[in-house]
Amino acid sequence: MTALLEVEDLRVSYGKIEAVKGISFSVEAGQVVTLIGTNGAGKTTTLRTLSGLLQPTAGKILFDGKPLNGVPAHKIVSLGLAHSPEGRHIFPRLSIFENLQLGAFLRKDKEGIEKDIQRAYELFPILGERRNQAAGTLSGGEQQMLAMGRALMSQPKLLMLDEPSMGLSPIMMQKIMATISELKSTGTTILLVEQNAQAALSLADQGHVMEVGNIVLSGTGQDLIHDESVRKAYLGED
Amino acid sequence: MNTLPQQLANGLLLGSMYGLIAIGYTMVYGIVQLINFAHGEIFMTGAFGALTVYFYVLPDNTAMIVAVPLMLIGGALVAILIAVGAERFAYRPLRGAPRLAPLITAIGLSLALQEVVRNFYPDADRARAFPGLDATHDIGSVTIKDADIFLVVAAIVCMSGLALFVRRSRTGRAMQATAQDPDTAQLMGIDTNRIIVIAFAIGGFFAAVAAVAYGLKYGNVDYRMGFLMGLKAFTAAVLGGIGNIYGAMLGGIVLGVAETLASAYIDGIPGMQQLGGQGWANVWAFCLLIIVLLVRPQGLLGERVADRA
Repeated sequence: MTALLEVEDLRVSYGKIEAVKGISFSVEAGQVVTLIGTNGAGKTTTLRTLSGLLQPTAGKILFDGKPLNGVPAHKIVSLGLAHSPEGRHIFPRLSIFENLQLGAFLRKDKEGIEKDIQRAYELFPILGERRNQAAGTLSGGEQQMLAMGRALMSQPKLLMLDEPSMGLSPIMMQKIMATISELKSTGTTILLVEQNAQAALSLADQGHVMEVGNIVLSGTGQDLIHDESVRKAYLGED
Repeated sequence: MNTLPQQLANGLLLGSMYGLIAIGYTMVYGIVQLINFAHGEIFMTGAFGALTVYFYVLPDNTAMIVAVPLMLIGGALVAILIAVGAERFAYRPLRGAPRLAPLITAIGLSLALQEVVRNFYPDADRARAFPGLDATHDIGSVTIKDADIFLVVAAIVCMSGLALFVRRSRTGRAMQATAQDPDTAQLMGIDTNRIIVIAFAIGGFFAAVAAVAYGLKYGNVDYRMGFLMGLKAFTAAVLGGIGNIYGAMLGGIVLGVAETLASAYIDGIPGMQQLGGQGWANVWAFCLLIIVLLVRPQGLLGERVADRA
């Protein structure tokens, strides 16, 4: 069986600087796979390339059996790949409801969209309470919920979450992580980029550690949590 | 004729024209942060498109009630074609370039369009007569022409249509999203290149409507008409808050009324006798711009940039 997402020797550059230096990994349907690593390791660049915002300089991306190289960003979401970007990037002057609707921009099934908006409100009740409020007035954690809810609106086969816990209070962070594990239990396939390695690895089936553009270590979430070098570098132990 | 209600009406009419043109500046800026300084010339080519329909397509002495809609279509086709062509061939290749590059391109394009019209359009090296709508009506102490009625109705219809389009339609929603965050808009599946083309096309259409109104009102058009009208409309867009479509219309009207009233009445103020009359209208318009930029740099309806998360 082939994986849902297969990345082979992917390289991405900004001008002369190579940010991703030939990485390979795959995501099977139903799995949660995480990329962890410090700032500048190339995690966000990898996700932005998968969703078409950046073009790779070399390598292959196969999603659901189809190559993604050269496919423009706005067409990738219709293939079933949704991306909740780093820094949330909700549309600040549109309402929460309108943000969610935009997540379903390419869908035509009105009733299905309505049902999924209700589902997002159930998953994140605060969004339902504030549905007509401008999204820019939400707190950071609420904006993160909106960004995740919006990404789910496209009914993705693979949900990519970039730093969902960034800048959040510990309580809010727990909430977001609990939601991710809830999504996992309903069978959503997730590619998770996190700096909070502990939280990410304890959720993940597979983990990859990135350092300056390379994957330096791979394993199951549990393997990596117990790996000595990972504990030293990312889990704050000596 | 020089009564206050008349001057107010004159100001509102002039302001509606500025507002229609200002839409083109503000929509394009709102979506790609580009000041399309060639927009005044897009307005000018719209006028020549309409003139072409009247003199070279329609039979002589066509009734204006038939001619005006056809002139609008002709003007709009030309203006939209040039606006969209400018985006595709002049601005899009410079999308990632430093901001100065598209700005200089815009100025170059504006000169090029003027010269093309001057050299290749028949007799366009001087003002060309445009069919007027000159029948007048008295409403109380205010006298207006048929052309003024056309302008007011066109401005109201176009503005309400645009407001509805932006707020209610799927494409309008996509435009708002693209203006607020273009990368994320693409992640939603929005083809932002298409949205940019639509913004240029709407700007071109509004400029053509204003151009036909200009011709009908003033009775002639020339290859330089876009320069000052474009500059004033740009002023109106900045005044109202660039990027905001309601701001463009409001800015246009404020500017039109202010410059009309100032040129009519300012010489009545002791010590300002030298500064009255039509010749000073532009001075007052740009003074107003300077004052607004000092006191409220984001414009009347503009939002502070800080909320761009």
